[in-house]
Amino acid sequence: MTAQTPRPRLGTTALIYLALAGVLVLGAAAVAMDGGNLFATANLVDMLTRTSLTGFLAIGMTLVILCRSLDLSVGYTAALSSLVAATTMDGQAANVPLAVALVLLVSGLIGSANGAIIAFLKVNPFIATLGTGLILKGYLDTQYKGPAGDVPSVFQQFGYTRIGFVPVSALVMLAVAAAAVWYLRSTRTGHHMYAVGGDVEVARMSGIRTTRVLLTAHVLCGMCAGIAGLLLAARFGTGSAEAYTNLYELDAIAAVVLGGTLLLGGKGGVAGTVAGVAILAVLDTVFNVMQIDPFAKDVLRGAVIITAVALYARRQLDRTARRPRFAATQGRQS
Amino acid sequence: MSALLAMRGIGKAFLGVQVLSAVNLTVSRGEVHALVGENGAGKSTLMKILAGVHTADAGTVELDGRAVAFTHPAAAQKAGVASVFQEFNLLPELTVAENVHLGHEPRRRGGIDRKAMNEATAAALADLGVDDLAPTAKVGTLSVAHQQITEIAKALSQGADLICMDEPTAALADAEVALLYRLVVRLRERGVAVLYVSHRLREIFDLCDRITILKDGRLVDSVATADITPDELVTRMVGRRIEAQFPPRLPGTETGDVRLRIEGGGNDYVDGIDLEVRAGEIVGLAGLQGSGRTEIAEAVFGITPFTRGTVAVDGRPVRLSRPRKAIAAGIALVTEDRKAQGLALHQSVKANARMVLDANARVHSRQRLGRIEGLLSSLDLVARGDDQEVQFLSGGNQQKVVVAKWLAAEPGVIVLDEPTRGIDVGAKHKLYSVIRSLAAEGLAVLLIASELIEVIGLADRIAVLHDGRIAGELPGGSTEQEVMAYATGRRSGPSDAEGSEPE
Repeated sequence: MTAQTPRPRLGTTALIYLALAGVLVLGAAAVAMDGGNLFATANLVDMLTRTSLTGFLAIGMTLVILCRSLDLSVGYTAALSSLVAATTMDGQAANVPLAVALVLLVSGLIGSANGAIIAFLKVNPFIATLGTGLILKGYLDTQYKGPAGDVPSVFQQFGYTRIGFVPVSALVMLAVAAAAVWYLRSTRTGHHMYAVGGDVEVARMSGIRTTRVLLTAHVLCGMCAGIAGLLLAARFGTGSAEAYTNLYELDAIAAVVLGGTLLLGGKGGVAGTVAGVAILAVLDTVFNVMQIDPFAKDVLRGAVIITAVALYARRQLDRTARRPRFAATQGRQS
Repeated sequence: MSALLAMRGIGKAFLGVQVLSAVNLTVSRGEVHALVGENGAGKSTLMKILAGVHTADAGTVELDGRAVAFTHPAAAQKAGVASVFQEFNLLPELTVAENVHLGHEPRRRGGIDRKAMNEATAAALADLGVDDLAPTAKVGTLSVAHQQITEIAKALSQGADLICMDEPTAALADAEVALLYRLVVRLRERGVAVLYVSHRLREIFDLCDRITILKDGRLVDSVATADITPDELVTRMVGRRIEAQFPPRLPGTETGDVRLRIEGGGNDYVDGIDLEVRAGEIVGLAGLQGSGRTEIAEAVFGITPFTRGTVAVDGRPVRLSRPRKAIAAGIALVTEDRKAQGLALHQSVKANARMVLDANARVHSRQRLGRIEGLLSSLDLVARGDDQEVQFLSGGNQQKVVVAKWLAAEPGVIVLDEPTRGIDVGAKHKLYSVIRSLAAEGLAVLLIASELIEVIGLADRIAVLHDGRIAGELPGGSTEQEVMAYATGRRSGPSDAEGSEPE
């Protein structure tokens, strides 16, 4: 549609895709030295499969982080969603649409609760979503002792089917990402997320209904977690309360930050996040193929994330009100 | 011609201090109206009342004949009053067009119409006579002047009839000032009224149709620019009766050796600073808001160090690259912003008073710690014991804690940046006599104050800053007119002759 305007964040996003390419090249080289081939079909499938779950969560997370918020409850939301999906489907293909709708409703409600707590009660997002996460965890722990529900094989295909070496779930994730890119760029509410995260006072003074924007971001983030829960259900064939133990929310935040979105909000985007997700997936596949032990793997992951953020920090904005008067002049006598 | 804006009988008090009383201001359509006065005359408060940042305690505001009472900046903007403050309300990560249309983006088929947005912005900029600013440029990368233009374009796109500009040229280079001049003229041609708050007489006489003069929160006069000369204007801005008594120099105060010497000091904010403060001497730093007073204090204290020139304390050259080094060199700084920089508000009086000693091994000693209690009582601190949290103290008592914390370290040089800001009269007088006794004890005191009267009443010498440079030095007890002549840039160079050539 309107494609000719230069993207303001292109520089950073391009940089991240460059980093992704670099990670791919280095990873491929490392694997090759080990006698393997990173681009073998099995490895490609592995890589792409890894992107989808974190991808859904990270897309939603991008929206809230852009608003200078956060959501630590997405892992629990996803786990609950997998249970809602599996128990509602109950092995019947006919129940799939209802289950999907119900999952989106429940996860959206959780998101709106998060948003309302943050926007209206003014609770710090970290604490607010830690709290809702704990509430969900308590519910999951007491209500579900193990897997529940049954996912019909039709829907399990969402977890396993591939077109060539590309899993359908990864395609769906990319479609959601594309929708999110469009949303942030072309709708008022999406565009205003940058303003709310950039400076909530400026946004308010420009007539933006800031609480509504924040609330919307959280609802969408919750729904993205819901889709992740659907994917979990499709993969496991059942609902799993224990899914939250994987701390998906931290992977999602890491991917968002790797993707160049500022934790302080107002800068970044979903395109970068997708690259961030891909970087993590490539690393994990490389580690897997090279059979690096789990501890070293986590150390390397941590190091990559810290390095990336340290690099971005140099590009951050300086909001000092004072402006240099003698930046270029030499001292001279009066 | 009917008035676009009529403010009548505006009054406002902060914490019991009357900042504005019975001020009237009338602005017509297409008029460029200057609002002038000294620091603290109430210009900013009046402008903020108009912008909906503050609400007035008394008086009425009429816009286009309708009574209005803005409780929020957004309401003022909606009614057509836009304000360009010194700190811009822009998002640096968005483009010019996105900022200009923020909150009211043009839409097409449900989505934002970026093409229309950019075209509209380009047209608006062209209309303002600006052709070197791309609508798609990111605001964070722009010069201050271009950011200002963006802010003005934003105000116009929101349908502003009246644009208030607070010291719009404060951060502009000369060529950029010319651009702003053209812009203001364009605005006038379009029938937009401009309320121009500035200290710079030259701009006022170049641009403005009328001038409203405030002094001490009261209206002095509102005159047509043609009916007043720059000299008359300065006289009417100042010339206050000296009602505040300042304690006299204490007997036995001797001016000794140079304790602080700055030669050719400069950084991004100030330049060519030559300054000496001797033992027993109080040197005042005067200047308008943004002239570089605080910047000198921060440079001396190592917060934003000098990058040029040399500093010597007690004859020894020192490199003041960090506050710790400044403290070790015997320098103390009572900061302008007491709550943010001077105190740990949630900690006790005692913890705050000990802070400098506790944090700096080089000044820490048992004897000094033992003397804190005596210091606090000699400052007449009123508190419910020394474990009371300082946030519950009055401004004056808070300031006494800050002063005690520094005196505990027994500095040789003390820099006081606006020490009496926001404190009551009693505490002010106490601080004045504390300053006198510090000098008597042989400290070198560098005193920064917006209230000219304080500098004049306390300082032995006054260095007047203008645009980041020392414009001139005056003896203590000089008149406010003399100080203002340097501060407004009407006079510069050594204070020899009449030399007030209007540039």
